[in-house]
Amino acid sequence: MSNIPSDLRYAKSHEWLKIESDGTATVGITDYAQNSLGDITYVQLPKPGAVLKAGDVYGVVESVKAASDLYAPVAGTVLAVNPALQGAPETVNRDPYVGGWMLKLKPAGESGPDALLDAAGYGKVTG
Amino acid sequence: MSELQRTPLRDFHAAHGGRLVDFAGWEMPVQYRGILDEHRAVRRTAGLFDVSHMGEVDVRGPDAGRFLNQLVTNDVAKTYPGRVVYSPMCYPDGGVVDDLLVYQRSAEDYFLCINAGNIDKDVAWIRERAAGFNVTITDRSADYALLAIQGPKAAGIVQSLTGAKLGLIKYYHFGEGTVAGIHCLISRTGYTGEDGFELYHAASDAPALAEALLAAGAAHGLELTGLGARDSLRLEAGYPLYGHEISAEISPLAAGLGWTVKLDKGADFIGRDALVREKAAGPARRVIFFRTGDRRIVRAGATVLAPDGSAVGTVVSGTLSPLLNESIGSALVASAAATGPLAVEIRGDRLALLPVKPPFVPLKQGGAA
Repeated sequence: MSNIPSDLRYAKSHEWLKIESDGTATVGITDYAQNSLGDITYVQLPKPGAVLKAGDVYGVVESVKAASDLYAPVAGTVLAVNPALQGAPETVNRDPYVGGWMLKLKPAGESGPDALLDAAGYGKVTG
Repeated sequence: MSELQRTPLRDFHAAHGGRLVDFAGWEMPVQYRGILDEHRAVRRTAGLFDVSHMGEVDVRGPDAGRFLNQLVTNDVAKTYPGRVVYSPMCYPDGGVVDDLLVYQRSAEDYFLCINAGNIDKDVAWIRERAAGFNVTITDRSADYALLAIQGPKAAGIVQSLTGAKLGLIKYYHFGEGTVAGIHCLISRTGYTGEDGFELYHAASDAPALAEALLAAGAAHGLELTGLGARDSLRLEAGYPLYGHEISAEISPLAAGLGWTVKLDKGADFIGRDALVREKAAGPARRVIFFRTGDRRIVRAGATVLAPDGSAVGTVVSGTLSPLLNESIGSALVASAAATGPLAVEIRGDRLALLPVKPPFVPLKQGGAA
């Protein structure tokens, strides 16, 4: 069974989103996603300043098996990307919800996190 | 959809956390803990692979040796009981039917190990070509299970379970004996570039042998290893995989396996005429191996580009080398372009393919052949 923390929001495309106390959002991929991908070997992320619409492809995660697109769960401007993933992409396998974060976003607001699933809803997606 | 075939170890894999996938019609473990960790375990300690999906064929009779020497490209006339020979088996046009291991048990008794995905095709081909020879061809694939134990600790682990003197079985040789009380054909061969053994045994004995090897190996760091690591290990070692570096369209000469094609062995083997011509003219396309200095994996099917952007070939294998920490692979390239600068495009970036003469890592083979 995959780990689905109750304090996060989820997209059906297997990204998680956490609204921080300062109003920024942190984005990554779920435990289910990392487990399905297998050994992650490369993570390609956008440059800070990139403006994303909800559902935009913001990057690529590669595993030994395949390369998969990453989708923005909400609209926003990229504030930072996780610098650790360039040298240690396997962090996403080991620690998808903390050390393996991918983006910090300033949410644009109009398509906010309310459109996302809660843990119970995402649990139904992953069956 | 047809039902996936299962090896006698399917439940063993499931019980030990194997991730089972469809591989050439077989339900096989692609990994247990993770492909990269399993790969490193084989290089550092040892790994245990279920390769029972591989096919086995008995070739017996007074003409067995003569028949095999005209069936395959390598020279099996010079073998002797206890010797293993690797060889392609070609079509008349020089394309490869399969690559296989030939075990000589006695002058009139040989045993072949063939690829899982090719069993039906190979057996039909071998039977067809056996017309006129006094040989009996028997498909034994369902009777045998095959466990490969590979890595620097493999010999010690197997030795702890057998009275057979493994030091006497040199690389590409085999013996028969019991391992953990189970009768095995003990073959000092493998597909990883490490020392190790492939243990052929009765299918019904496979769970007991796998558990015994796993228990004996625990103190030596033995890991269960899946087909994912098997593929990255063989690519790091520079070994061909049927359907990738060799195929009906890629001859052994194009694949760089000229050492397995004995044009002058004194037998008019199938494909010889075509291979003589190809050798004289030079293969039109060649398999090259490359590294990239980049972690992005160059995947099979990617188009290989010359500096002017023209397509000159196709990537046939690609993975991340866990030892080199960069992506490596092989490609089938027009010979005229093969020595020039080559590149691929990954998501809009052009990545240079840096030529490598395989193996990518030093091979460690048990004893001298």
